[in-house]
Amino acid sequence: MSALVNHSLILVVLIPLLAAPLCMLFGNRAVAFWISFFASLFALILSLHLLLMVIDGDVLSYHLGGWAPPLGIEYRVDAANALVLLIVSAISTVVLPYARVSIKDEIAEHHHTLFFACYMLCFTGLLGVAITGDAFNVFVFLEISSLSTYVLVALGANKDKRALSAAYDYLILGTIGATFFVIGLGLIYMSTGTLNMVDLSQRLAPLEDNKTVRTAFAFIVIGMGLKIAIYPLHRWLPGAYTYAPSAISAFLAATATKVAIYVVLRFMFSVFSAKFGFELDTVRLIFFPFAIIAMFAASLIAVYQVNLKRLLAYSSIAQIGYMLLGVALFSSAGLTATMAHLFNHAITKGAMFMAVGAIIMRIGSPLLPKMAGLGRQMPWTSAAIVLGGLSLIGVPGTAGFVSKWLLLTAAFQQGYWFIALLIVASSLLAVIYVWKCVETLYLTPSTSNVAVAEAPLSLLVPTYVLVIATIWFGLDASTITVASQTAAESLIGGGYGGEATVMGVEGRK
Amino acid sequence: MTPSMQIILSMLLPLVACLTCVLLPKLNNLRDGITLVLAILLFGTVLRIYQGFSLGADYSLELIQFHPNISIAFKIEPLGMVFALVASSLWILTHIYGVGYMRGNNEKKHARFFACFAFAIFATIGIAFSANLLTLFLFYELLTVSTYPLVAHKETGEAKSGARTYLGILMGTSIVFLLTAIVWTHVIAGRMDFVVGGILADKTTAGFLAILLGLFAFGIGKAALMPFHRWLPAAMVAPTPVSALLHAVAVVKAGVFSMLKIGVYIFGIENLSLTGASEWLMWVAAFSILAASIIAMQQDNLKRRLAYSTVSQLSYITLGVALATSMGAIGGGLHIVTHAFGKITLFMCAGAIYVATHKTEISDMRGLGRTMPFTFIAFGIGAMNIIGLPPMAGSWSKWMLMVAAADSGQLIMMSVLMVSSLLNVAYLVPIFARGFFSPATGTGSTAINADIPWRERLSEAPLLCVMPLCITAVGCIVLFFYANSITDFLEPITQIPVPEVSNG
Amino acid sequence: MDNLFSSGFIFGHMNYWLFVVLMMTGLYIVVSRGNLLKKVVGLNLFQAAVFMLYISMGKVAGGTAPILTGNPDEVYSNPLPHVLILTAIVVGIATTSLGLALIVRINESYGTIEEDEVLALDQQQERDELAALEEEVLKSK
Repeated sequence: MSALVNHSLILVVLIPLLAAPLCMLFGNRAVAFWISFFASLFALILSLHLLLMVIDGDVLSYHLGGWAPPLGIEYRVDAANALVLLIVSAISTVVLPYARVSIKDEIAEHHHTLFFACYMLCFTGLLGVAITGDAFNVFVFLEISSLSTYVLVALGANKDKRALSAAYDYLILGTIGATFFVIGLGLIYMSTGTLNMVDLSQRLAPLEDNKTVRTAFAFIVIGMGLKIAIYPLHRWLPGAYTYAPSAISAFLAATATKVAIYVVLRFMFSVFSAKFGFELDTVRLIFFPFAIIAMFAASLIAVYQVNLKRLLAYSSIAQIGYMLLGVALFSSAGLTATMAHLFNHAITKGAMFMAVGAIIMRIGSPLLPKMAGLGRQMPWTSAAIVLGGLSLIGVPGTAGFVSKWLLLTAAFQQGYWFIALLIVASSLLAVIYVWKCVETLYLTPSTSNVAVAEAPLSLLVPTYVLVIATIWFGLDASTITVASQTAAESLIGGGYGGEATVMGVEGRK
Repeated sequence: MTPSMQIILSMLLPLVACLTCVLLPKLNNLRDGITLVLAILLFGTVLRIYQGFSLGADYSLELIQFHPNISIAFKIEPLGMVFALVASSLWILTHIYGVGYMRGNNEKKHARFFACFAFAIFATIGIAFSANLLTLFLFYELLTVSTYPLVAHKETGEAKSGARTYLGILMGTSIVFLLTAIVWTHVIAGRMDFVVGGILADKTTAGFLAILLGLFAFGIGKAALMPFHRWLPAAMVAPTPVSALLHAVAVVKAGVFSMLKIGVYIFGIENLSLTGASEWLMWVAAFSILAASIIAMQQDNLKRRLAYSTVSQLSYITLGVALATSMGAIGGGLHIVTHAFGKITLFMCAGAIYVATHKTEISDMRGLGRTMPFTFIAFGIGAMNIIGLPPMAGSWSKWMLMVAAADSGQLIMMSVLMVSSLLNVAYLVPIFARGFFSPATGTGSTAINADIPWRERLSEAPLLCVMPLCITAVGCIVLFFYANSITDFLEPITQIPVPEVSNG
Repeated sequence: MDNLFSSGFIFGHMNYWLFVVLMMTGLYIVVSRGNLLKKVVGLNLFQAAVFMLYISMGKVAGGTAPILTGNPDEVYSNPLPHVLILTAIVVGIATTSLGLALIVRINESYGTIEEDEVLALDQQQERDELAALEEEVLKSK
């Protein structure tokens, strides 16, 4: 048991990684599901355990193979990435049982084991990105997750061929993003000779005026910006979320962009020092305007969508705007809001995409007008969409409200009352697109006379796990708020590079 | 039962009623019966809380930690107590009335209707007992969301667009202004609980205080301060029980009640009068009072006329806060009660007329008083209550507001109140006067045939509809004699003793 | 700054100039070509430029390949960037093969690998769906 705890930092990545080939080896759909599910559950337990260990502000470090950093690869966990690990593994554990049922309709039978294998690889990649303390390792894991994501999105082609072109777009833009990121890494390696994040931060500290370092920063932010889908770099996102299989839309919307945001935060605050003047400029000139444009433009586009999945995808882009705005406020309170919104938006969007998936399974179309009057026929699923929608608006009692509360507080603390007004004004657009769904589901008479059955329990239960989480964390928000606060302070206060408890094998230096 | 258990029970009972309605969509009698029992139980519980509270017990409860230093909490104070008593007692009557109305009118989807209704009561009690701004906001929004399906109940195009206006204005104002104001208050004051005397004294300048008050005043869209009043007439597409309880009592009163609570416990009456931050609000409220009354005169649709009358009456309470005297605040509190009884009577009459004759326009109602005497007498009592004629309770609250205006030297405000009373006479009295004294417009059923004994000439709405409105009408008169116990009870909210209201 | 245009600056950074040219060529192809296959080629060029950036970065003047020769005075080039880029090359190959696989599938489903034609087909499908929807709504009324 103690070995398990001692090596938990590597096991959380290793177990899902091993699960992927195992799925392929057994080649049986049921076995593949159970392997993935247990791997995911295991990762969830470990990441919960890790979060509890670091929630007081401690930092854990694990030296791979006993090789001490900066020579060896280090895994390093503070509250910020423990929270991200928890988000990823929790969402994955909830989505998997849903996927088991939902893919029956969407993916050809012989591809199911492949689906689970890819899913596990994607999961591994996301966890790896979050946990590693080595800059190049981030790239490697990022590509593991991205490559498997392209495959997963393309699997939607069984139902709609547009998934292929969406996956292709995603592949091109994702690769450009990742390559930009590698260029950035190359440039900082060139100026410092190290790739370990803690070591980097120490060596970069005196290099504020160095042009190479600044260029590297720009490459990293833009590269990751593509993966985050910061407003003008979002082109791949609507297609990918719309045509991917439902379970994958839910999983990606809840995790992939969040992890990318985490990477930007880590680089902005832990690797490059938050004191660097050029960071402040970046934030002021890039994050502020684009976050605000995203909040309004993407919401406005969402209002006019007929395809419910695409509507949610655009809403995701708008919500990413909120997260970036928290970063742009450049304060502990702002980062707290961002971290909390990572979590809150993950559970909200996860729940909504899963509910939409259940509807698509029943009526075979993601188009809103076809869902007219479904409120009577699928009451539970429709209620899930409404509750999720309320959270998107930020109605009190839902998780979305907590993030908005924290974000508004942060804006007021900085004296940016104008920003505060923009935040609340943009949620009015959310009211419009959410209410468009509500009116369709409940107040529009159905166009077809075919009776539609309520979604099966196997889809409803995972959906409602997230719906209830949305409400629970909207009321009892102090846990997440405290975790986010610790995370924000670790990021902005440089806690990441401080004293760390070394776990794992002691030995080779 | 411990105090906190009682609070929890008072929140749970309406929730159980809501669940019952959801779970028993088909069994009409059983469902309505259980809900009635629960409504009575709720009133009993609130009465118990009232007893305990007036004996000096401390009723407060922290439910959930929302943020490291904010929690969702309940605390009972006089204003909330009065509001909860009004809402819970009127729920019983409205429920009975609602059952009669929905059946008499063959409305559909009873289960959804009563479930949302019960949930709205839950939210109202939550607002009444809230201990801080966050809790208030939480239940305020729940109330908006839960009443939306009620407004859209008929599912016609008209109902949908009315409901859209309703939701758009209420949610829009609350998100844009109210939430901003709450967060701002929290940042300035570092706390957000309701404290006698306010929490904002000396925290910021008078100018900011005025802006903050503006955010609150317009943010609480439910108080229907002009220009954010449009939702109230729009909500009149709802079935009449909804208009009666929610848009004459629960929802709009939740608005002015929040206004009052924020004025008294967040800003502090003394703070407001010292800084003069509320002066501008007085003028807005005065404008609202007069403008809404004038618009009401032009409405031929009875429910719309009543709705505009409500807009005008709500601004009385806002005016009470803006006057920034303890008399004004207590007068506002009293007006919540008296207006509730008066307006619910009027709305229930409007509904009863609709059930019995399917008439909605005032011009069609000539001579109806002869066939529906109970309804029209009750209407008359309600109308006189709104106008402020003794021996109706409404006279006290209006009296106190006028004294408050005189006290603070605002003679213009005093005359606004007087002119408004005249306007009330002008738009309310003709309705029941014509009902009795004009000849009937229609031929046939409503025409009088002197040969038939009067009992058989009556064509009242079902008993379940008529009985509640008679009870509330009687309530208007009874309250006249008990007004001073309400003002005594409300006195602690301002810490300064107010002049005794002599018994009539 | 004053030596920005000196021959030393230009020739001293020759390798960087070449990468910039190669990289921009690749990126330009990705953006400007409508043929999906050509886009993948452009992407490859783009990545190859970065690989070479890394490789040249590890070169130490006068250094040999990092193989132990037993001579203590031997100067070695830095092997780490080479190793790193080995990983990146593997990733690049995976990306290319996946891209090609997608193109094959697109060709099977759409019958074309020209981006604008694919886009037109996508939009056509969307219009058809909406038209069908409107018809359905009309019929129900």
